[in-house]
Parts: sequence; structure tokens; C-alpha cells
Amino acid sequence: MRHAISVLVDNQAGVLSRVIGLFSGRGFNIESLSVAPTLDPTKSKMVITTSGNEQVLEQIKKQLNKLINVIKVIDYMGKEFVEREMILVKVKAKEETRAEVLRIADIFRAKVVDVSSNSYTLALTGDKGKLEGFIEILNPIGIIDFIRTGTVIMEREMHGRRKL
Amino acid sequence: MKKISGAYAFIEALRCEGVRHVFGFPGGAVLDIFDAIMDADDIEFILSRHEQGAVHAADGYARASGDVGVCLVTSGPGATNTVTGIATAYMDSIPMVVFTGQVPTHLIGNDAFQEADIVGITRPCTKHNYLVKNISDLGRVIKEAFYIARTGRSGPVLVDLPKDVMKDTISFKYPDKVEMESYCPTYKGHPGQIKRIVSLILKSKKPVIYAGGGVVHANASKELADFAHRMSLPITTTLMGLGAFPSGDPLSLGMLGMHGTYAANMAVTHTDCLVAIGSRFDDRVTGKIDEFAPKAKIIHIDIDPTSISKNVKVDLPVVGDCKMVLQGMLSQIKEGNDEVKTLNKSIKPWLKRIDTWKREQPLRYSKGTAIKPQYVIEMIDRLTPDNTIISTEVGQNQMWTAQFYKFKEPRLFLTSGGLGTMGYGFPAAIGAQVAFPDRTVIDIAGDGSIQMNIQELATVVQYKLPVKVMILNNGYLGMVRQWQALFYKKRYSHTSLEVSPDYIKLAEAYGAVGIRVNEPSQVEDAIKQALSIKGPVFVDFIVEPEEDVYPMVPAGAPINNMLLV
Ligand SMILES: Cc1ncc(C[n+]2csc(CCOP(=O)(O)OP(=O)(O)O)c2C)c(N)n1
Ligand SMILES: [Mg+2]
Repeated sequence: MRHAISVLVDNQAGVLSRVIGLFSGRGFNIESLSVAPTLDPTKSKMVITTSGNEQVLEQIKKQLNKLINVIKVIDYMGKEFVEREMILVKVKAKEETRAEVLRIADIFRAKVVDVSSNSYTLALTGDKGKLEGFIEILNPIGIIDFIRTGTVIMEREMHGRRKL
Repeated sequence: MKKISGAYAFIEALRCEGVRHVFGFPGGAVLDIFDAIMDADDIEFILSRHEQGAVHAADGYARASGDVGVCLVTSGPGATNTVTGIATAYMDSIPMVVFTGQVPTHLIGNDAFQEADIVGITRPCTKHNYLVKNISDLGRVIKEAFYIARTGRSGPVLVDLPKDVMKDTISFKYPDKVEMESYCPTYKGHPGQIKRIVSLILKSKKPVIYAGGGVVHANASKELADFAHRMSLPITTTLMGLGAFPSGDPLSLGMLGMHGTYAANMAVTHTDCLVAIGSRFDDRVTGKIDEFAPKAKIIHIDIDPTSISKNVKVDLPVVGDCKMVLQGMLSQIKEGNDEVKTLNKSIKPWLKRIDTWKREQPLRYSKGTAIKPQYVIEMIDRLTPDNTIISTEVGQNQMWTAQFYKFKEPRLFLTSGGLGTMGYGFPAAIGAQVAFPDRTVIDIAGDGSIQMNIQELATVVQYKLPVKVMILNNGYLGMVRQWQALFYKKRYSHTSLEVSPDYIKLAEAYGAVGIRVNEPSQVEDAIKQALSIKGPVFVDFIVEPEEDVYPMVPAGAPINNMLLV
């Protein structure tokens, strides 16, 4: 089962390696990771997507909490949240496929961020499913390279708001 | 306020923490600190002969006294030499602060002379660690280091001190409070859960307590004994828990697990209610995990939430300090209470069954013409006072000590349980002797292990520490040989110690006393003689070379599947 976990940590040197070391040392899997400072610049937030059975997830959360520099751990499983990830895809764009690439970009509401005589670089944000769909559709045309940022996530504010 | 150097501020911080002994070894990066130490008359420094020895000594000091052990070494090789000792303390949750020198901050990352990224290296084997980059952080970091080491599930903390920070100056004030948003251990167990534990035990027919090192760390032995006695609950302990409940008490089953007693392993296999207190379901305890306590409801009391449901699914967990949780449990049951009376009565057939197991399969060994190592330990047990501190090395010597020395109190048995570090026992005994100069301190050693920190003979002689080392000299890396005998068709690949030093001459070369014992009839007198000598003694018992430790549960088998003598 895929879980997205956010980890609020002290924004200090070495904290990232404590978290990563925990995952590698205990054989937990990391699917994606993103990290940056928060509103309070003395803290950083990491979002880790991982998978495992219930017992493994429990251990991951407890072990994270045990790290001295970890302030708060939230597992978004079962919560209402918004999830986004960004991808940059460099795709082959020859004479015969240029229009097709642009059409796909349009359908996904991706942006063209770089152009050359034989490629387009597209930027797209969305959840994991959307990004993977995008890759799948572009694949037959010829993906030269892509890079993903890893998932970021935020709990939805449920009070006095309609679900978007 | 007068400005002082980082080195003097460091000494002041130790003083504020009540540190009276520091174990260590000098070098370039810590010259300033060593210079400052010369002026600290109230802090005794013990110079080991290898940094590993210093860390194990600090560890033994901590285990025996309950205080935080402190260690100071130089950068680079000094720091890397501490790693085994730190990992040993980490696995057994020993409170310790290790200070390492570091190259000056402007050289960090430059592959400077004697630079090692010790904070990176020890990240997975410390509870936490720090690099002090600025003298203004020094007080806070040391305060936090001691606090983290001794609170919650205790453990080693490393503090890396760059040379320029030690030379820098500051108007130093040691903080009187720690403020850490992200670290606040749970001590008080959930009252509802505590109630549920007691009622689950009251409803059980075949309960067993399985107590571990956590009981020792929490100083909860008295509460444990009160609870067990009031409820008439049998107790088995782990290797780390030996002494937490007095051996010899009718309710004591001894140790469980791979080399546990028959009664303990059978009781755990048949119990309907296993009460784990400060123990962590280590694989050397559980054997085949699916068949561990298969019929039991499992209760688990532990200060570390990550220990709970890590290896086995727990039915009733409580996170908290063992002492406080046991106090809570005690307040739920009054002696003479009807429910307790009912349990005391209904538990009788179970206790009887346990007694039968004890009687039918006691720990035993066959007599022979050569000295039996178990006999040596029985003799040491008989001839030493009850408050004797015993450390061990690792291997058969360790298991026989666990089986045949009858520990009656906690903090008397110092052994590397989690990491199984050969070479631990001798320096650990040094640390214990420093903490308790007037007590008898003995390292029960193997001929393989003792050589791993043999250099500390110089330390015991220099500081007049009357540590007694009893070597069970079987000529083998015995425990490994035993596995080869049982599971590798007796192919003794590189486990025969074909060359060993003459331990008598060796002891004498360092200025200690050496005694050799060849005959069973000489064992008693030799131990008496060693104990009567005021200084350090090595006793070399030439024992039966191919004696094995029994009972033994083969790796991966359920624990009721024991090989017996
Ligand atoms: C540092 C280290 N290296 C290797 C081992 C593996 N090992 C476990 S027991 C043992 C044999 C120890 O021999 P000895 O000290 O003579 O004890 P005996 O079993 O003979 O009593 C070995 C090599 C270990 N535990 N620690
Ligand atoms: Mg041996």
C-alpha cells in the first residue's frame, strides 16, 4: 500500500541523512522524497512516499518519531489531502510528431518550457496517476529524458469549505 | 563575566553534569582539552591503552553505577576506534556520552590530517550525535547530550568538538534547562492500559513474566519482585535482565532463549499470558518467531514505542517507564484482594508444572577429568560476595556465566548482549571497578576474547584496579567451534587458537599476577588466592577443550526445540 508521509524536521545539516539512513538501514523503501524549508525557516518539511504492510508503516512512523530532530510525522493515509508532483519531460519532436506532442500537452494542460529543432520540453503538475498517464502517452513518440520532483502533499482544510 | 576557552568551558560543563570520571585517550585534536583536564582536580581521567577500551570502560561504569559513562578521544583514528564500543552501548541502551576531537572547522571536509566524519559514521549507532561548529552552541549541546543519553530509552550520544572551537573563548554559562521541542519520552503508562493489563493477568491461568534490560535501566527490580510475589507469577529474564529478579527465588525460571533453561523455554511456549517488561523480542530470545508463545495473549511494557509490535504482534501494549508502569500495576492489586487470591489459587497447577520442568531438566553438565568451565563459574559464584560485579566476554564463557552464576541483584552482570562484542568484558570490568573501587570485580573471559583488549592490562596496573580476569581457556573460539561441531560436521575451520600467549608471563610482564590452573582440584584454591590478592590477577583455567553449552536451540527453531546435554 502506498503511503505519503510528511515529516516536519529541524532545518539543520545532517537531518536529511538521518532520515534517509533510517530507511536504508532498516530496509524500508522510499519511492519518492521531497524536502524544503517551511513557513518557519528553522524547520523543513519532507514528504516521503513509501509502501509496506500495516506493520511496516507503523514501524516507519515510530522510527521517524524516534529521531531526535523529527518534530512531527503525519501519515496522509485515510485523510483528505491534495497531492501534487511536477515532471519535466524532454520528448522527441520531429516534423511528423510536433503537432501531436503539442496536442497531448494541451490535453494534459502541460506547458512547453523549452523548444529545439527536434525536441520539446514539457512541464506538468498533477498527482502521481496523471504524471504516469502523461509518460505513458508520450512514450511511443519517444521520451528522451524526464525528471520528477517527488510528491508534495497538504491536508485539505475541511471546515467551512466545499471539497474541490 | 570572565571569558574562558572552549576547553575550559567543556570541563565546566562536565562538572555541572556531575561527571567524576572520564575514560579516554589523547591526540592532536584534543590537546587543548587535555591541557584543561590537568587543572580539573575533581575529575579523574583514566587513560586506556586503546580507544575501544575507553568506551567499553565508560559503558561498564554506566551499567554498574547507572550514571552516564563519559569518554574523550581524539579525531580520526581515535574517533573511529570508538565505533565498536558505541555500537555495543547502543544495542544495549547504555547511557554514555562520547566526546571526539575534530579538525578545525575550516578544514572539515578537506581530507585534513586525522579527519574522519565521525558524526556520519556513528549516525546509525548513536541515539543522537552532534558536531559543535560554534562555541556559543557548546553548553546547549553538552546539556542536550547528557539529557538524551540518560532519559527515555537511554543510549550513547556522540559530540564532535573541532579544535578551533576548543580554542575559541566565551563568557560561559551552562544552561540549566533543556528545551527540545522534538524529544519528550513517555514515562507514565496509559492508566486504562495498565488496568487492562492487570485484569488480563488476573484472568489468565498460565501467566509468565519475561523481563529484560529495561527493568534494570529503570531501576524497577523491586517493583518487579513485588508484583511477581503478590501475584505469584513466574519470571524468566533475558540475558540483559539477569539480576533484575533474584536467581534462586522459587518464582525464577532463569534465562530464556537460545541457551535458556528448559523450564523457561517450556513455560513461554505454553503460557496463555506473556508479560514482556522492558524486553524486545530479540531473535536470540524468540527463536522461530511464529512459534514463540503461540498460545499467549502478549502484554508488552516498554519505554520505546518502536520496540512494540516490531517483531511480534502485541495484544496489549503500554509505552512507559517500567518502574512507573509496574507501580501503576501494583496500585491495582492489593494483597488479600479476592481476585488476587483466586489467581494465587488457580495458578497452582501451572506453577507445579513449571516445577516439574525445573526438576526434570535442570541446568547441568557432566563431570570429567579435565576442569569443566561450568564448575569454575559455580565455584566463583560460591566464593564471591553477593555484590560482586561480573563482566563477561562473548561466546561460551558468556553463556555459562549467564547460566551458572546466580545473580541476585541488578547491575552486577555486565555483558554485551545485543552486539555480542568480544573484548568487551575486560575494559567493562575496569569501568565498574572505577565506579566501585571496594567491590570485587571479575571478568569471566574466553581465551579468544581476552586478546581483543588485552592491552588494558597496563591500565589496571597503572590505576591499581584490582580486576580479576578468569580465563576459561579452551584453546578454541569455543562458541563458533560448537556451531561447527553441531551444524558443520565438525569441520573446525579456523577456530582453533593454536598459538596463545602464556597468560602468566603476560600478566607478569605488565606487573600483574598470573595464576595457572590445570586440575579440577586446584580450582577452588586458585579462586580464593586470586580474590585475596589486592591487585589485578589473571587466572588461566585450562578447561575441557570441547565442552558445549546446553541447552541449545538451533538457529531458526522454536525455543521448545532444545538440544539437551
Ligand atoms: C569482535 C567479535 N568478533 C567475532 C565474534 C564471533 N564470535 C562469537 S563467540 C566467538 C568465540 C569466542 O571465543 P572465546 O573468547 O575463546 O570464548 P569461548 O566461546 O571459547 O568461551 C566468536 C569468534 C564476536 N562475537 N565478536
Ligand atoms: Mg575459548
